[in-house]
Amino acid sequence: MNAIYILWLRQLKRYLRSRSRIVGSLGQPILFLVALGFGFGPVFQKAGAGNYLEFLAPGVVAMAVLFTSVFTGIEIIWDRQFGFLKETLVAPVSRLSIMIGRTAGGATVATLQGVIVLVIATLAGFRPVSLWSVIPAILIMILTATLFTALGTAIASVLEDMQGFQLIMNFLIMPLFFLSGALFPLSNLPGALEVVVKIDPLSYGVDGLRQTLTGAGYFPLSLDLLVLCGVTVALLVLGSWLFSKIQI
Amino acid sequence: MIKVSGLTKKFNNFLAVDNISFDVAAGEIFAFLGPNGAGKTTTIKMLTTLLAPTSGRIEINGADPATDQEAVRRAFGIVFQDPSLDDELTAWENLEFHGVLYGVPRDLGRKRAEELLKFVELWERRNDLVKNFSGGMKRRLEIARGLLHHPKIFFLDEPTQGLDPQTRNHIWEYIKNLNKTENITVFFTTHYMDEAERACLPAGKVAIMDHGKIIAAGTPAQLKKQTKKTSMEDAFLTLTGHAIRDEEAGAIDHLRAGARMWGRRR
Repeated sequence: MNAIYILWLRQLKRYLRSRSRIVGSLGQPILFLVALGFGFGPVFQKAGAGNYLEFLAPGVVAMAVLFTSVFTGIEIIWDRQFGFLKETLVAPVSRLSIMIGRTAGGATVATLQGVIVLVIATLAGFRPVSLWSVIPAILIMILTATLFTALGTAIASVLEDMQGFQLIMNFLIMPLFFLSGALFPLSNLPGALEVVVKIDPLSYGVDGLRQTLTGAGYFPLSLDLLVLCGVTVALLVLGSWLFSKIQI
Repeated sequence: MIKVSGLTKKFNNFLAVDNISFDVAAGEIFAFLGPNGAGKTTTIKMLTTLLAPTSGRIEINGADPATDQEAVRRAFGIVFQDPSLDDELTAWENLEFHGVLYGVPRDLGRKRAEELLKFVELWERRNDLVKNFSGGMKRRLEIARGLLHHPKIFFLDEPTQGLDPQTRNHIWEYIKNLNKTENITVFFTTHYMDEAERACLPAGKVAIMDHGKIIAAGTPAQLKKQTKKTSMEDAFLTLTGHAIRDEEAGAIDHLRAGARMWGRRR
């Protein structure tokens, strides 16, 4: 238990200390909010779909959560290459505890990042339906963050070094984001795209956030929660298994 | 304290460690020598539960790493060949982290951490981030960390690699001092033969490994006598030959190059 706590604390300390990383990773969501939110706003409005910023903000929050959590999961590669992982692996602590501590730390960091983006979106003009709606939204963020930290851990456990990172970025993370309905409404999509969107777990995170924050959604909220929980558990199991197989 | 018999490790078809056996008595200083790629690090990984042997038996402080990992892990401290500190944490936090992982009670851990930091002369720098430390300071901190949980055995994989003679002497002073005062068994590898010889005085033993096998073992004096040479370096070269061993660049080298390119400070 103490081991899990100290691993969690370590992730948090590392995050809070790297201010350049916090600020740097906020650049992209802000750009999306401003460029797309205000850029596409008029077209969106004309099409009769309402306020685009209102629609986009939950998607950009989900994006911040996705990127941060996958990165913190993938940080294991750095720890492995720069030796720190060895220090934890020779300690009298089970690999499962190490995995749990790291995942909890990564998920906390990603949720914090999501909350920061939500605040920024509010500054840009986004209004959640009520202040209370932020609480269930944060729960959805925690679930989404845990899911993608576990995914990052699973990926990092099979990658030897950062060479494959670009591949993961372009063929996994970017598609996960762009095909999640973070940027466009899910109704009346062409058939094939609709199938892909429904497979993408982030779609349910985005939808859950949108529903809790703005009240409008595509899937039932219960389905969002069910899918997020189910995939999170599956990825945690997979990630723990792959992590337990790491050899250095 | 360490008992190894018939230890073998095969990677696919490559025999990295080929049926080696040796014993290290409690309180002994044991130097494990050999050219690059001889199988030293693989052996250490097997002794420290990081790698499962293909066959053979290991006993660390009476426990078998295959069946009782936890007892083995509690029994040893280790300084790895590559640095293994968290650069983004302070020296103190690195020790604290280690103490919690090893279940050292909080107050005891703090007392011990203070003692050790003073011992390796880093107490004044305890609240500095490790990324601002020099190579020698990092090594000293790793030694302090490895000793925090009162291990019975201390593994050091090339602990003085890349350090200046002053720091090297210092580090050996600490280690020999500990060996004397706490009766810790010391198992180390190095490429510096004079260092191995001096560290093993007066009663330590040396084993020389090459191509996965232990080709000679005994006190430095015995090995010199056996090869009829006057220095340990000549004895070593006589036993292992003059051919240069090529090691493949590992993932770490590629990554270091990448990290430099992207300007990450590590």
